[in-house]
Amino acid sequence: MSLLWIGVIAASLGTFVLKWLGYQVPPDVLERPRIARITALLPIALLGALVATQGFTDGQAIVLDARVAGLAVAAVLLALRAPFLVVVVAAALAAAGLRMLGWG
Amino acid sequence: MSTAHPSPAEPVADEVRRVRRTGWSIGLATGLYGISFGALATASGLDVWQAMVLAAVMFSGGSQFAFVGVIGGGGSVVGASLASLLLGVRNTLYGFALTTTLPRGGWRGLARAQLTIDESAANAATAVSPEARRAGFWAAGVGVYVFWNLFSLLGALAGQYVADPGAWGLDAAAAAAFLALLWPRLRRAEAVAVAVAAAFVALLTTPVLPSGLPVLAAALVAVAAGLLPRRAATTAEVGTTEEEAR
Repeated sequence: MSLLWIGVIAASLGTFVLKWLGYQVPPDVLERPRIARITALLPIALLGALVATQGFTDGQAIVLDARVAGLAVAAVLLALRAPFLVVVVAAALAAAGLRMLGWG
Repeated sequence: MSTAHPSPAEPVADEVRRVRRTGWSIGLATGLYGISFGALATASGLDVWQAMVLAAVMFSGGSQFAFVGVIGGGGSVVGASLASLLLGVRNTLYGFALTTTLPRGGWRGLARAQLTIDESAANAATAVSPEARRAGFWAAGVGVYVFWNLFSLLGALAGQYVADPGAWGLDAAAAAAFLALLWPRLRRAEAVAVAVAAAFVALLTTPVLPSGLPVLAAALVAVAAGLLPRRAATTAEVGTTEEEAR
């Protein structure tokens, strides 16, 4: 079995266990203010980091290419409250269009 | 929101019907973007079966996009797994909020855990009566599960035939997907500050850390921000603290 398969299965089962645990742990643990704040901020930090790495890096290099235009289009559409699918498709089209014109 | 409404309480049967209808529409709308997940997964180098294990077993959009995003960016499998698990931690919190309304034990206990995601928790939270909260949870949970897997399969089958993901802008689509998942969480200044700081930490550590780890380094921003003492000087902040303490 390839390493990728092991990762897919382990991370999938792990994600299920995280969901299941929510129904098992006594609620007072997560009501502690600091733990509650960290768990609320964790997805925000991770998503911020994922936008940055997916948008501006290639391997270990920081690059600016057509993805920047895709992200800009996405930000404008999100501010206009466009649906998720519209945002994602428009970002892809913007980047693909620029590349077709020979930039990025 | 509805508890504060001055009009007489909505009859339970009507409320159940309303949240059930909303749940199914959420299921269809959210399920549709399974297409982008499936396409990204196979364009990132996963096969159709791996994409479908993520859709059916991991079943948590943010975690799935994180996994294929890290792999597609050339990251390690360990980095991809850790990023997806960290994003899955919020589902644990939803369980806390739902544990008193949903049946425990048996296959329903396992099903309620598997269907605990952003959409089902949010739909349940819009209802007042316990019956409607249950109906809202199951309608949105089952609806998203069915449509998400269906459309992920379509996307995964289509994504296999994409030779160069960049030419189709799929790398930009992945970045946009993360931005779209982040956007609704940026209501407070603290959230914006954490997101921006985390993005900077990820970019600054990218040249020096193996791929996938910068995202985890950025998670420390959330830990640091959570441990910082809050300034309790203004009434506005006291208000937020009380709201959080509920």
